[in-house]
Amino acid sequence: MFVPSVTNPIGDFVRNLVPQVTAYLPVAFQSETLDSVVAFLINAVICIIAVCAVNIGSAPILIYMERKVCAHVQCRLGPMRLGWHGTIQTIADVLKMLFKEVYAPSGADKLMFYTAPMIVLIAPFMVCALIPFSKDLVVADVSMGIPLIIAVNGFGVLGILLGGWSSNNKYSLLGALRSGAQIISYEISFAMILLFVVMISGSTNLMDITMSQQGTVFDWWIFKIPVLGFIAFILFFISSTAEMNRAPFDIAEAEQELTGGYHTEYNGTPFAMFYLAEYIALVTNSALATTCFLGGFHAPCIGIAAVDNVLNMVPGLVWFFGKVFFMIWCYMMVRWTFVRPRVDQLMDFEWKFLLPVNLVLLTAGAAWIAISG
Amino acid sequence: MTGMLPPGFRIQRETNTEEFFINMGPQHPSTHGALRLALRMDGETIVELVPHFGYIHRGMEKQAESMSYLQYIALSDRQDYLTAIQNNLGVVIALEKGMNIGVPEKAEYIRVMLQELGRIASHLVFFACFGGDLGGQTCLLYGFKEREMIHDILEEVTGSRLTTNFFRPGGSRYDVPDTFIPRVKAFLDHMDDTMKDYERFLSKNIIVLERSKGIGILSKEDAIAYGCSGPVLRASGVNFDVRRANPYSIYDSFDFEVPVTYNGDCYDRYTVRIAEIHESMKILRQCIDRFPTEGPWRAKEKPVRLPVGRYYSEIETAKGLYATYVVAATTGEKPYRIHTRGPSFPHIAALNKMVQGHKISDLVTILATLDPVIPEIDR
Repeated sequence: MFVPSVTNPIGDFVRNLVPQVTAYLPVAFQSETLDSVVAFLINAVICIIAVCAVNIGSAPILIYMERKVCAHVQCRLGPMRLGWHGTIQTIADVLKMLFKEVYAPSGADKLMFYTAPMIVLIAPFMVCALIPFSKDLVVADVSMGIPLIIAVNGFGVLGILLGGWSSNNKYSLLGALRSGAQIISYEISFAMILLFVVMISGSTNLMDITMSQQGTVFDWWIFKIPVLGFIAFILFFISSTAEMNRAPFDIAEAEQELTGGYHTEYNGTPFAMFYLAEYIALVTNSALATTCFLGGFHAPCIGIAAVDNVLNMVPGLVWFFGKVFFMIWCYMMVRWTFVRPRVDQLMDFEWKFLLPVNLVLLTAGAAWIAISG
Repeated sequence: MTGMLPPGFRIQRETNTEEFFINMGPQHPSTHGALRLALRMDGETIVELVPHFGYIHRGMEKQAESMSYLQYIALSDRQDYLTAIQNNLGVVIALEKGMNIGVPEKAEYIRVMLQELGRIASHLVFFACFGGDLGGQTCLLYGFKEREMIHDILEEVTGSRLTTNFFRPGGSRYDVPDTFIPRVKAFLDHMDDTMKDYERFLSKNIIVLERSKGIGILSKEDAIAYGCSGPVLRASGVNFDVRRANPYSIYDSFDFEVPVTYNGDCYDRYTVRIAEIHESMKILRQCIDRFPTEGPWRAKEKPVRLPVGRYYSEIETAKGLYATYVVAATTGEKPYRIHTRGPSFPHIAALNKMVQGHKISDLVTILATLDPVIPEIDR
């Protein structure tokens, strides 16, 4: 019989469910191959439901949060009218966006134009499936987690390039080209920092990386290695901001220059998909930062038994999302504080500053491993 | 459309595959109104720029010919709406020259104070748009926050927030209320603190420095040749301020500096304006100390009909030199012709010189530091 790679509640659930489902099928087809096919399909359905629930559920919350954070940074109140403190505002906006007429500009390559937002959505969804949300809650616990994330994360740029090119608009094309250059450049730093994490934790599996940070706060990778961990965290923060096309590195959208960049011509549902992808990327990058540097789902224990027992009583899922939302809050504060660098300065920053620093960091990490054994 | 462009601007598709044409505006978020810029680009680098005006042309100068002088004061609000109160004064001073009417001391103080408040308001909008155009949306809101306080004061004094229509030959429409001086004083105290925050927000920010230093350099000679004025001219190293060079109202009795910087780049234009906010606050404080509470607030003489002649006035608005030329062909209430010389038009004319070889992002920065108001160009 097909055995899922992890022993967790989801795995047990699937294992119980498979015989029940196969019982309904004709006897002539009963075989071990059928079992594994059914198990695979059930797994896929569960994965899709779980990932969709997390992603699509978090998007309205994040949009509401962004509006409120932005408003309070700017001495405003933000949405206040619809629902308590404007809580229903986002849902109303989402509904409005979904019911809008969808049309493509004349001269646009229709097939590419409508495929692009879907491609953009794939990448963050796939990354989300790899993140261990809790000790027993990981959709796909693959051994090559980090390389897969690096591979998949760069996939979104294809959608952005396609969307910009197929819009038949020069601003869109400029935005797409900027975005292509930017994401491909920052991908290198992004991958190198993850490589640093792999090096110090000794595993490419995200669950193993999380488990290697078990213990107190000072066992998290951000603090465990003196200074280096913190530098790596800051570098990860910078390169993931650029990777997500988020302000201050949002030169691909650059409202003031390109009137919206690659999604200038999009409206209605396709635009909502770009928007959704942006926010899911925010969740996945924050989750990645949490997993790699902030101890994943582990409670922030401080080494005093009485306090730690209380902290450990809170489920890991809560700690995980608490940390994720803290990271999201950091990304938002940065977005609403800094101004945007120019496109060539952004490239200079990557190739002349971030990359050399990363190389030094990798070397220093290797030295630290050699010294500490 | 290509027929409207200069000869070198037409892109030969067969011979030149490197360059392409981009149309920026009139509905672009950073052109500060209905301004259209035709750009010839090489990748992201601007080769040539041609500005197009006239999208909101309302024929103000023609309208003025069938209006009384007092009606034209209201129309001058609608030119540069950010410095409406200053435009009022420019028109009024031209009329006063013909009417030979004296302005009482209190009226002069009211004028100077409202002028400087208007200057601070306009420069705050510049601060907001400069930050906003660089990508810092938060700046946009911060600048407008303090501007609202000025507008509250203006509302109390003039009855309207933006289009003030306040000054009249020989004084103003109303006397200022008793709360005016305390409110201005409270505002100045508040500004002292907030300006520190604002300057910390942009002036020393490394990204702002990177994006504005050495960008859009306008040489001293070019600035004079194009007829630039105001902060743009002073950032290029020319010490010219109408308040000093040709004092109007009672500006000769105040102690203030004319900030001048010498690089002529975007950062200098920014620092000049920030320094001017401080100088305006200095003038306002002197006004508060010397403000005459007693005395008439408008001239005893009724404004008489403007005699035949040509009358010219020039004042320093927040944007630069604002001149009004009135030709009265008959003694009456209507002008034969009124011409306004606004500061924004020469600045946009110099834009092509400043942006060549820069990126499209720099164009946005340069345009923000020129601080143009398109209704004032189109009129």
